[in-house]
Amino acid sequence: MSTFTRNSLILAGLLLFAAVAVTPAAAQRFNAESFTLGNGLQVIVLPNHRVPAVTQMVWYKTGAADDPRGKSGIAHFLEHLMFKGTRANPGAAFSALIAQNGGRDNAFTTEDYTVFHETVAKDRLDLTMRLEADRMTGLVLDDAAVLPERDVILEERRMRIDNDPSALLREQLIAGLYLNASYHNPTIGWEHEMRGLGTADALAFYRDWYAPNNATLIVAGDVETAEVRVLAERHFGPLAARSVPPRLRLEEPPHYAAIRLEMKSPRAAQPSWRRFYLAPSYRAGATQHVYALQILAEILAGSADSRLHKALVLDKKLALSVGAGYSPSALGLAEFGVYATPKPGVAIADIEAAVEAELHRLLEHGVEAEEVAQAARRMQASAIYSQDSLSGPANIVGTALAIGRSLDEVAAWPDKLGAVTPAEVAAAARAVLVERNSATGILLPERTS
Amino acid sequence: MTRLTRALVFVGATLLSASAWVADAQAMQIQPVTGASGVEAWLVEDHSVPVVTIRFAFAGGAALDPVGKGGAASMVASLLDEGAGPYDSLAFHRRIDDLAGQLRFSAAQDEFDGSLRSLKQNLFDSADLLRLALAEPRFAPEDIERIRGETLAGLARQAKNPRSLSGRLWMHDAFEKHPYGSSVDGSEESVGAITRDDLAAFAGARFHRSGLLVGIVGDIDKTEAAALIDRVFGDLPKGADETEIAETKPLDDGALVVSRAAVPQSVVTFGQAGPKRDDPAWYAAYVLNEILGGGGFRGRLMKEIREKRGLAYGVSTQLVPYRHAGLIVGNVATENGRVAESIALVREEWRHMREEGPTAAELENAKTYLTGSFPLGLDSTQHIAGVLVQMQQDKLGIDYLDRRASLIGGVTLDEARSVAKKLFDPGALSFAVVGDPADVEPTRSPRPPKF
Repeated sequence: MSTFTRNSLILAGLLLFAAVAVTPAAAQRFNAESFTLGNGLQVIVLPNHRVPAVTQMVWYKTGAADDPRGKSGIAHFLEHLMFKGTRANPGAAFSALIAQNGGRDNAFTTEDYTVFHETVAKDRLDLTMRLEADRMTGLVLDDAAVLPERDVILEERRMRIDNDPSALLREQLIAGLYLNASYHNPTIGWEHEMRGLGTADALAFYRDWYAPNNATLIVAGDVETAEVRVLAERHFGPLAARSVPPRLRLEEPPHYAAIRLEMKSPRAAQPSWRRFYLAPSYRAGATQHVYALQILAEILAGSADSRLHKALVLDKKLALSVGAGYSPSALGLAEFGVYATPKPGVAIADIEAAVEAELHRLLEHGVEAEEVAQAARRMQASAIYSQDSLSGPANIVGTALAIGRSLDEVAAWPDKLGAVTPAEVAAAARAVLVERNSATGILLPERTS
Repeated sequence: MTRLTRALVFVGATLLSASAWVADAQAMQIQPVTGASGVEAWLVEDHSVPVVTIRFAFAGGAALDPVGKGGAASMVASLLDEGAGPYDSLAFHRRIDDLAGQLRFSAAQDEFDGSLRSLKQNLFDSADLLRLALAEPRFAPEDIERIRGETLAGLARQAKNPRSLSGRLWMHDAFEKHPYGSSVDGSEESVGAITRDDLAAFAGARFHRSGLLVGIVGDIDKTEAAALIDRVFGDLPKGADETEIAETKPLDDGALVVSRAAVPQSVVTFGQAGPKRDDPAWYAAYVLNEILGGGGFRGRLMKEIREKRGLAYGVSTQLVPYRHAGLIVGNVATENGRVAESIALVREEWRHMREEGPTAAELENAKTYLTGSFPLGLDSTQHIAGVLVQMQQDKLGIDYLDRRASLIGGVTLDEARSVAKKLFDPGALSFAVVGDPADVEPTRSPRPPKF
């Protein structure tokens, strides 16, 4: 009940601030325009007039890394519960109204942020904004709504993790890689802790983190900034700013021993090998390497001609497939991953030796200027392709802002990649591909009969 | 009561806007284009981003794989960008990567699909690679063996993945002897038996201009589009559009089969015969499917199974219109100890829909959702080009997007109820369960698919 009261009090008090807005700052990429309401809600408009539709996204700057100790999974659980109704729009009214207006809605949770999004015809933006603003502070929960949904997230965990040995091993490997850092626990939660999550836990997390000054509103589509400003001030403007806890991202102690996990499962179809290295992100660790590391992943496994693919798949014919992955979009540290699936009959040890041989060659001799240039060109093309949808730019901008980056940094991404030198790639590789900072996971099939 | 009133007001308002929407979709303007070669395409111009997508389909796909050579069409799809004309595999990949082109091929049961997304500035150079891939694929022995290895590994993964296994088990059980009963990926045995001649024969027999359907979207005008289709497809043989697949229906014995697997959650595929795309009852069935098995939080199954009881993360159904058979199928995954409850609820809702049909409010909501949400997906060149090809495959006419809302909006309550009585047949509804379900009695043994 206190939620209701707070909501109506806020409506009266905050109209004063709502009119204060920052001058729009235009960012070159995606023609993004930005302003901030008096209560601290940052609003980004990404014009796209291809179809008369809009995608609205609210990004809360909180995620699974903020789960209190012993409550793993609560950020994600709350994301589900945000569809359980408010006083103004009780029960399943939120999604029902969106659907009855021909729109689509959904949400997702990561370690660092929680996102709610709707796509509607452009003349329905008023409705979606009213609904999102309403549930930013007006959520109502009771056990009747919460307990069946807890069963839903347990089924989600079984579907995504427990039914899949590769996902189970990945979960253990990440927990091994982050000895102390906030990404140690899985986003969906450990099953035994999920079983204990309840209404009070969800409401406590909600009151801690869900506030206009801890969110970004993104509207992409067939709209003008002036229109969005009017609607945002009408619906979100009246909500009060509140103090929000600092987002603690615990640091790693020095690692003195590489982690190595081997898992046998009758559900594994074939052996596989993967390794994660602790790596910097845009916001943590040795951030000077983040662009070079993106180029490095592309050089290692981004194309048929890439080093690992060429050596392991084409030349030595040891692997069915290889991969490398690195995403620096995190508030804390990130991981740099390398993967390989051996051909039938090839021992895991041989695959591992072949991957390591390629990594050593790179560490010793560096990379060619032409490799770097090609990798940069391919990734720059992806920046153009990312404009070929409504949600592409919104996701890129939303992710950046959710971890405290700026629109200018988003705009500079293609140029930053283009400026990476071979020496920088080599330096980044030497800084990150360090064995003691790694966790290696080996999945092996187990014959049951 | 307040909620109900408001909902009705919104429905009224939305129907108005659905028609406004159609006017906008019309503004998207689909133009027919014919090249000097006679090849035709549908074009949507959009100059907002310097990107062009071309998508196309040749008639005839995996269902035409020779007996014992299942997976041949799919292997062709995997091999077309592994070397063509003057380029060996690596040179071909280097060239397309340098151009930042995105070239994809895939085999479905009834057709062979392809797409190229390119930066405007590299369009014709990328298109030359597409032309080579279709006209002069190399099928080099070394590349065939590499792709065969990948395909076999994929089959092994599917055989262990409860979700793929459940879907394949259901399809195989329903269509055992018909090609639709076999996966487009084939089996270990059939993939092992495919030769270079089989692949070349498929490409030779299927890649021709007769029955070719093309959609082009993006930063390109009509003249350039005509030049593009001539360049890619103009030199392909004329060919003849023949189909050799028998009409069929899924088995209707209402079986429940179980394949035991040591996983904590049982995955269930369920379904029965449904309408084909040209069935006069299509639109009524389309709306009924949304009411029963719509995704998000819309469908009755979601309400009963997820919302009320927390039995699954998701449950949905869809109409699957093959060229020679129609299906309505769905899936749900529930922990082994409670999956019997989910199965009983699916049965119950099937019966309920047959006996009572939808309510007037459900019908209106579903129609509004289906008409309103469709154009929202037309935001990327790839989506729009896909719709252009699909419309041609389904012979819907170039003005279909203008008529779509009224075709759906025209489904009456009486019609929906009468189609529900014919469509939903609890006696024919069959289930394929993969997991270790408690209290679930199989009605007979499965006919396990080959992997």
